[in-house]
This record gives sequence, C-alpha cells and structure tokens, in this order.
Amino acid sequence: MTDTATRDGPMLAADGTPLKISLARALRREKLRALMLIAPLLVFVAVTFIAPIGNMLVRSVDNSIVPETLPQTVIAIQQWDPQSGELPDEAVFAAMVADLKEAVKSKTHTRVGSRLNYEQPGISSLFRKSGRKVRKFEDGNAKDQLINADKKWSNIEVWQTIHKFSGQYTSGYFLTAADAETTPDGIQLIEEDDRIYLYIFGRTLFLSITITVTCLLLGYPIAWILANLPLRTSNLLMILVLLPFWTSLLVRTSAWIVLLQQQGVINDTLVWLGVLDDENRLQMMFNQTGTIIAMTHILLPFMILPLYSVMKSIPPHYVRAAKSLGATDWVAFWRVYFPQTVPGIGAGGILVFILAIGYYITPELVGGTSGIFISNRIAYHISSSLNWGLGAALGLILLVAVLILYAAYDKIVGIDNVKLG
Amino acid sequence: MKLTKLVAGTAVAALMASSAMADDMTIVSWGGAYSKSQLKAYHEPYMANNAGVNIINDESSAEAVAKLRAMSEAGNITWDVVDVVAADAIRLCDEGLAMEIDPAKHLAKAPDGTSAADDFGDLIVSSCFIPQIVYSTTFGYRTDVAGWNGKEPADVCAVFDLENFPGKRSLEKRPINNMEWALLCDGVAKDKIYDVLSTDEGVDQALAKLDTIKDNVVWWSAGAETPQRLADGEVVIGSTYNGRLFALIEEQKQPIKMLWDAQVFDLDGWIIPAGLSEERKKRALDYIFFATDTQRLADQAKYISYGPARKSSAPLVGKHADLGIDMAPHMPTDPENAKNTFLYNYEWWADNRDDLDAKFQAWLSK
Repeated sequence: MTDTATRDGPMLAADGTPLKISLARALRREKLRALMLIAPLLVFVAVTFIAPIGNMLVRSVDNSIVPETLPQTVIAIQQWDPQSGELPDEAVFAAMVADLKEAVKSKTHTRVGSRLNYEQPGISSLFRKSGRKVRKFEDGNAKDQLINADKKWSNIEVWQTIHKFSGQYTSGYFLTAADAETTPDGIQLIEEDDRIYLYIFGRTLFLSITITVTCLLLGYPIAWILANLPLRTSNLLMILVLLPFWTSLLVRTSAWIVLLQQQGVINDTLVWLGVLDDENRLQMMFNQTGTIIAMTHILLPFMILPLYSVMKSIPPHYVRAAKSLGATDWVAFWRVYFPQTVPGIGAGGILVFILAIGYYITPELVGGTSGIFISNRIAYHISSSLNWGLGAALGLILLVAVLILYAAYDKIVGIDNVKLG
Repeated sequence: MKLTKLVAGTAVAALMASSAMADDMTIVSWGGAYSKSQLKAYHEPYMANNAGVNIINDESSAEAVAKLRAMSEAGNITWDVVDVVAADAIRLCDEGLAMEIDPAKHLAKAPDGTSAADDFGDLIVSSCFIPQIVYSTTFGYRTDVAGWNGKEPADVCAVFDLENFPGKRSLEKRPINNMEWALLCDGVAKDKIYDVLSTDEGVDQALAKLDTIKDNVVWWSAGAETPQRLADGEVVIGSTYNGRLFALIEEQKQPIKMLWDAQVFDLDGWIIPAGLSEERKKRALDYIFFATDTQRLADQAKYISYGPARKSSAPLVGKHADLGIDMAPHMPTDPENAKNTFLYNYEWWADNRDDLDAKFQAWLSK
C-alpha cells in the first residue's frame, strides 16, 4: 500500500522536494533575475516616458480648476436651469462673490478666468477686472454689486458657460478637438467654416501616406542596387545614403528652402534655361509640395535601410531558378523576388509612416499654411496658446489613431512579417 | 586606487560647480542682436560692478510662458529674470507665475527725481511687468520692384493693393495686427476697429479683406523670416519688427525702405518668476533696479533701434555704437515715424486671442 502511494505521489527531485515545486522555483528565480536585469530600463521608461505622457493626457479631461477655485458657486449653480432664460438668483451671485474673494487672496481668479476664456471669449478680463473690485464689496446684494463692477455678469451666456464647465472632468477639450460642441440638441459639429482639426487630421493622414508611398517608390530601386552591387561600390553608395541621415534636420530643411523657394536654385536654373518665364516661377515651397519633397528626402533612409537588409538576405539563385524555368523578367520579379521583400517594405513603411505622422519641424518651416500637420497645432497649444487641455486631447487622438492603424496593419499584413534585418 | 582618485576628483569638481552656481544668474531673452544689445548695455556693466555674479544667457523667451508654467508645476524654477513681451507678462501675472513689482520700491527714480511710476507712465500695463523698450511691428518694402513702375507705397493699404503693388507679401501667421490693418484698409475708422472686430460680422469683414491678398501672402512665425525673404527678393513687402528692418537697411545695406504708416507699438520688458528663494529674488531685483534705470535704457538704444521705455531716457539716446549714425530718427517713437500708429490692445486681445486664432487658423487652412 505504501509502495503504491510513493509511486503514485509526485515525482521528487534529488533533495526530496516535489519536482514540480522545485522546477517552478528555479523558473521563478530565472524570471526574477531577468526582471532585475531589465528593471533599470523599465523604471527609466516608466519615470521619463509613461508617467509624463500619462500626466499630460489626464489634462485632456481635467477641469478641476473650476470646482477648486469656485467651490461654492459650482454647488449653488446646480439649482439654476441654464435654459430658463433668466439670470441665476442672488444665492449664486453671493456664492460667486465669496469664491472670488477667496480666489483673489490666493491669486487664482485669473487662472480660472483663462480656463473659461477658452470656452467663451471675454471671461478672462471679466475675472481679472472683477477680482480687482471684489475686495471693496459690501455684504449683501451681491447681484447688483457684481453687475455694477462689470456688466458682463448680466450676460446669461457667462453663467451658462460656468454651469457647463462646473464639473471635475470635462469633455470640452475632446469636443473642440473634434470640431464639435454641445448644444441643447446634443453634440453637433460646429459650422463648416470654423472647422479646423478634422480637416488637419485628414490632411496629416493623407500627407503621411503620400510621403510613405513616395519613399517606397524612390527607396526600393536604390535598396535593390545597393543590395546587388559588389561590396566595395555598395559601401560607397551606402555612405551617400547615410550622410544626409547624419546631418542635422534643420540644415537639411533649410537646404530645401534654398533650393525650392521662388528665387531659389531650381527656379533660377529653370528661368535661366528658358523653361520658365521670370513672371511664372514655380511655387514649390510653403505648400504641400514643399512638405512632401522635404520630408520624403528626410525620411528616405528609414525606408532604404530595412529594405536593403532584407534584400541582402535574399539568395540570388531564386530569381535565376525562376528564369531558367521560363519566367519573364517581370514574372520573376513580381512572383519570386517581390514577395520576399514584403517584410522589408512593411518595416520601412511603418517606420516612415509613424515618423511622418508626428512630424513637426519640417512642416512648420516649409509647409506654409496648406502643408502643416496636426503636430504643429499641438505644439501651438502647448507652447503658445497654453491651452494644454486641448493640446493633450489632440495628442491623445493622434496616439489612438496611430494605434488603430497599427492594429489594422497587424491584422492585414501581420506584425510578424516585419523584418528590420 | 585609481577609482578612488577618480571618485574624489569628480566629487570636488561637482562641489566647485555647485558653489559656482550659487552666483550664476540666468537671464532669459530673445537671442540675436537683441540679446547682444542687452549684454553690452546691461549685463557687462552689471557684472563689472558685482564681481561675484555670473550672468548666463538663455534664449527661450519665445516659449517663456509655457516653460515657466512647466517649471512652476515641477517646483523647480531655474530662471531668475525673464524678458517677455507685454502680452505674455499679463498672462504670466494672470497665472500667478510672475512676481508683482512695486515701482516705488523696486525701480530707480529718474535723474530729476520723477518717480519710476510716472517715468514709465502708461507703459506699466501689468503689475508684474517692468517695461524696457517700445518696439513696433511695421512693414519694409523693396525699392527695386520692376512691376511697381517707380511707385512707392505711401501707406499701409499698399499691402492690400495688388494692382499698383504686385508681388508676394510676408505677414505674420496670427490674427493680431493683420486683422486691424485689414479693417483699417477696408474703411473702418481707427477708433472703431475693436468695436467692429468684437462682432462676428467684423471678423468676417477682416478675413474677407485678407482673402483678397491671400494667394499672394507668405506667412511668417519667426521675426527673422521677413528680413530674409525681403533680402532674397522672395517677397516685395512684409511685416516684421522695426529693429530687424533697421539691421537689414543700415547694417546690411539692402535696397529696402521702412513703411512706418500704421505701425503697431508693442512693449517688451522684464518679469521676475514667482517662487524664487529670498536670496535669488533679492539679486534679481538688484539687477532689475540697475538695468532699468534711465542711463541703462538709453544705452541699449546704441545697439538696436528700439525706443527706451522711460520718458527720461529719450533725450539721452545717442549714436549707434558701430555705425556712428544718429539713432533717434530710427526709433519707432520718433515724431516723424509715429504720425499714424496703433498701440497693441492688450486687454482686448487677452480676451479674444484664443477665439480669433481658431477662426484665423480655420480660414488659413481653407
């Protein structure tokens, strides 16, 4: 009986512990060691990358400045019906005066003014001016005193805005980023003439795809030549590909300005050759053409390098075999060679597309007004208009769009099919 | 042994660096000729008087508001004195990112005893702002354009006159100034411009006027772009800061002239970030007291053609330090140049900037 029990029981390791446990322990140690090895990188990425991006993205819905600066008003105003067509009652005005007095002490009234000014122009100066006067207010009769201090307080739209943006969180930034607004009839797109972000998102996508395709068309033959030339020549040519890659981005962009502008090298040459009239110089800069030309040049190495390394690994005798079996040049290329380069195209395409869609400095310098990307608007809201919430919302939409495209790519082509070398 | 030496050496170097840093003062400005004029007129004499202080120049003024906000949120303010335009000073003051200044206490009196508040007058547009210069945004045009048949622009409306003055124009990629000029040339009286611009119809009117030249406009966002394009012949007329045009005309001798008509006055000056330690605040205030006195402001005009913000500095403006020409006629405030001027409307733009900018950008991208 005992014998069978031992035989049926768990297998034991040399030291007497069950083999399963011993194995698990060894594996755990192994995993822990691996984790320890990547821990510095993991912590570094978390601290310098994920945390700041997360913090920035939270701003796209954060509206805490309003309830924190105007705590009594946001409670009192809930009793008021914004569609009633009448001003809020004395209690709301009194709460506003009390909140303003507190806010002036901590100098936060102008901050909440700037926040609400994004939603309705004029609120910034309303809070700044009222803050100056509210110190001298007497008790009671808040409504008259406030309207006396600035008659904008009798504008019902101001109160509607405060009511609408009284919560801790807001969808306002995302709506603005999608050219929409909340109306009494629900969420609607704004007037066609005022729409801007949907349009720029579309253009960013279109230009990025165009740039990726032109990079592929230009890069494919170059990569093929590089992969099939004798090593000494191909190394020399490779330097020509890499040299611009190592040159500063700004220098390359400025060089394109010198070449492409209306009084630039290309136009001057064409006029000198008599191809163009002096009056009808080509406009190749400060529009989409300029952006496409300059960015294609800048991103070309990212297409050539993965293509080259994939092509380098394709044995030349496959094509030879296809030809000896009777395939024409085109069939041998299209049916035999090309399918083997698809992983390189996939890698180059993804690299160029993702770099292009977030590009900033080149479109800013050569894009004029029709060649700018959504990143230029994000940069504007982060560094110039200071509407960080809107900048964060635009950034999050861009990030999600890229992730969706990436997932779609994975579904169609398969991410395992991507090869960098 | 070697390692210990290395470690000890690094520690000593780090200690020395941190002790040196105690006397470093970071002053943020715009770079280029402008920073150079400040170096000559303010920093060098200040460092000569205060042997221990070492002034470090940072050229981040264009993003000063965003960076100061980020520094303040991170709780680590590395700047001591910041040069900003008045509109940014107002925003920094609104956000509580700049310290309030008391002119009577923190700024020097004029030599004749006039108080600083009176000497600067209306130019103190925010309680955090210490004015330094008056500059203007105005037009420069090429004098050798064949298509103009010898005519020269007489007023700002030449910018909108493609018939008599064909060619590309360079305008700033923002609504400010452009909307005012458009309305002015569309027949709106100067004192009614902001009333008109406050209505949706007024905004449409201004954009419609700009529409008439839109295909001929190259937009700029950095002050150096218009001078470069004028010099290349890429544009025939363009707006930029008057000091940039001065350098183009007087220093580089380009065939370009100033069109002072309807120039827009704006102010540039100092702010001190809020939240500095007592010691740094004291030093920053000491620097400000020195750098904004009557003589210092007048000295700056030797290097760049911007008008000093103090009334008492005007008579002291002399000749250009290198070129030896009289600077007074090149100041935007010179009576000959200031026959028809605008003063940037800070309050109105603080309210309407975001809204109009969205409309302007939507118009631009159409």
